[in-house]
Amino acid sequence: MGYTENELAKDLENQEYKFGFVTDIESDKAPIGLDESIIRFISNKKEEPEWLLEYRLKAFEIWKSMTEPSWAQVKYVQPDFQAITYYSAPKQSKKYESWDDVDPEMKATMAKLGISMEEQKRLTGVAVDFVMDSVSVATSFKSKLKELGIIFCSFSEAVQEFPELVRKHMGTVVPMTDNFYAALNAAVFTDGSFCYIPKGVRCPMELSTYFRINEGGTGQFERTLVVADEGSYVSYLEGCTAPQRDENQLHAAVVELIALEDAEIKYSTVQNWYPGDKEGKGGIYNFVTKRGICERNAKISWTQVETGSAVTWKYPSCILKGDNSIGEFYSVAVTNNFQQADTGTKMIHLGKNTKSTIISKGISAGKSQNSYRGLVQIHKGAENARNFSQCDSLLMGDTCGAHTFPYIECKNSSAKIEHEATTSKIGEDQIFYCLQRGISEEKAISLIVNGYCKEVLNQLPMEFAVEAQKLLAISLEGSVG
Amino acid sequence: MIKIKNLHATIDGKEILKGLNLEVKAGEVHAIMGPNGAGKSTLASVLAGREEYEVTEGTVEFDGKNLLELDTEDRAREGLFLAFQYPIEIPGVSNVNFLRTALNEIREYKGEEQISAKDFMALVREKSALVELDAKLASRAVNEGFSGGEKKRNEIFQMAMLEPKLAILDETDSGLDIDALRIVAKGVNTLKSSENATIVITHYQRLLDYIIPDFVHVLYDGKIVKTGTKDLALELEERGYDWIKAEVEAK
Ligand SMILES: Nc1ncnc2c1ncn2[C@@H]1O[C@H](COP(=O)(O)OP(=O)(O)OP(=O)(O)O)[C@@H](O)[C@H]1O
Ligand SMILES: [Mg+2]
Repeated sequence: MGYTENELAKDLENQEYKFGFVTDIESDKAPIGLDESIIRFISNKKEEPEWLLEYRLKAFEIWKSMTEPSWAQVKYVQPDFQAITYYSAPKQSKKYESWDDVDPEMKATMAKLGISMEEQKRLTGVAVDFVMDSVSVATSFKSKLKELGIIFCSFSEAVQEFPELVRKHMGTVVPMTDNFYAALNAAVFTDGSFCYIPKGVRCPMELSTYFRINEGGTGQFERTLVVADEGSYVSYLEGCTAPQRDENQLHAAVVELIALEDAEIKYSTVQNWYPGDKEGKGGIYNFVTKRGICERNAKISWTQVETGSAVTWKYPSCILKGDNSIGEFYSVAVTNNFQQADTGTKMIHLGKNTKSTIISKGISAGKSQNSYRGLVQIHKGAENARNFSQCDSLLMGDTCGAHTFPYIECKNSSAKIEHEATTSKIGEDQIFYCLQRGISEEKAISLIVNGYCKEVLNQLPMEFAVEAQKLLAISLEGSVG
Repeated sequence: MIKIKNLHATIDGKEILKGLNLEVKAGEVHAIMGPNGAGKSTLASVLAGREEYEVTEGTVEFDGKNLLELDTEDRAREGLFLAFQYPIEIPGVSNVNFLRTALNEIREYKGEEQISAKDFMALVREKSALVELDAKLASRAVNEGFSGGEKKRNEIFQMAMLEPKLAILDETDSGLDIDALRIVAKGVNTLKSSENATIVITHYQRLLDYIIPDFVHVLYDGKIVKTGTKDLALELEERGYDWIKAEVEAK
């Protein structure tokens, strides 16, 4: 019946991953392991130009000389990089001419994910680029976008069709030397999404990509590149799920955003990779490098709702290079059972009058560990830079942990930096109050948690916000009854 | 409506209610008064089903059902409402969302349909007008940043929205200015019918000028030790509780 913090904690441990099904599709895989020949294999499979193969090989050399970072507040067994399949493509065909050509199994998968393409096309006007394992299988709404000169396609397609654009921008925000996982990604990335918005164009719909890891023992290394040309606007959505498996799977993506003068990019992620079971077995290692650069008067907003993955290591960042540019980071990170998340952002202020806002909401339950790690860096030339950071932690039960690591480096005395942090618990009083009004415990928790995350959820586009709310409820609901 | 017999309840092993008897019939208003720490809020919490309290003895029949066997939320759904002495804040959750959730949960329990957005908003308008609650407060987060008086008025607004069979008002009058007191009383009186009942916990007979009780009880040391009419409240106001304590000790 009733409810105590400890009972809640116990209830939360009994959560099952709701997207844990495996799609039975034959796939075309690379041999296990990683060496130069694998990289050549991938590049060859994808019929890539020579410059890209060279780019990969150079990144591979750099990666071999690097060691895995260990500063994050997470503990895990280092992945065996020789035990991973670096390329896995659904077998039947390389390209789908139309939606009808897409494998029914795959459609079923999408339906189970709650993103039936038909439905999406009809109801929401969302263009979806669906990435299953490594090859992008369906892209809709292309023609509509084409009229406006917007390019939205899989990364491999962009390499084939817009090589100059890709070559010009790829690696300019996240260089291959950036970190261990970025280097690995540069060497072995298989697919991802590419998006270009021409000058002065406001993209009329939300662009959406669904990433999903299907094949066991595969790593997923996608790359996303979004270029918003001068005065343009785009809102980009990324959702992720993965089937339930006993072994840990690695996901090391790179996302680069380029907002040229007066452009605005809104990038929203809802991530619910499989978090492992309640004993902490299995789950996704999510080591992602996401960064954007803002030219004059440009704006980049990162919004993320992270409920999944066994281990998350992720810091969507903004380089505020141009004067008057704006960076925003809105984040909800939920950890339960044995999940570990070390996430936050970096706001690098280079230009004058640059502004950044950081709103981070951590929710920890079970035996999980949830850390916020943020860096606000004000460079010498950044006159009148301003930052506001708010980092809140919500604890459920007393076996979880919440940590905050805010770093501030300020080299310009005209800067204004504000930081607020709070830690709270879901009160028994609050639950009792809800119960007394006839609201069930499960709904009460969901209400309270959604209320706590409201500032972040409000940043998401409508359809996504609803989905995010459901996800929060799923990852935190008690097994009532 | 509710029949409480020989109720004993403890918290952290300490007995607070020590054999309490009370019967409230439909259509009645009962006032409970008593010194600080007597167990008035404890009684309200035990009836509402607060987990921390353990009922060690006694029975409570609510509308023909064994109340003590019902889950907290089911007691509410059966029509028991508690206006909290200290209303709780729920940041980020709007009053309307909170109430719509509550209302729909209660309807679902009764096998009724969910309320439509249109009907709900009409209800909000009607009931907030009744307790003269500022429309802004209805859409603000539940009790967050509300003044003490606003919180109390919000409790009555919620009561009006949920239309309970039995409402227990725990010191809803404390912290209210004279006008607010009148408004709250008007709300309670308007909602009063032959089908429902109200228990008013208060320290001040002033409230009872507006909400006329059928009975006034004195709760002292975990028991109802004296029952009378409105005149008893006046007498208590004049003489305090010492004479009651003396009477109890003399027995
Ligand atoms: N956790 C606890 N452990 C021990 N005693 C408690 C606990 N919680 C409450 N009490 C005691 O129970 C008694 C009754 O409290 P209650 O709040 O019911 O009084 P009340 O009649 O509502 O008083 P007031 O008029 O001040 O509101 C008090 O003496 C209080 O200290
Ligand atoms: Mg009290």
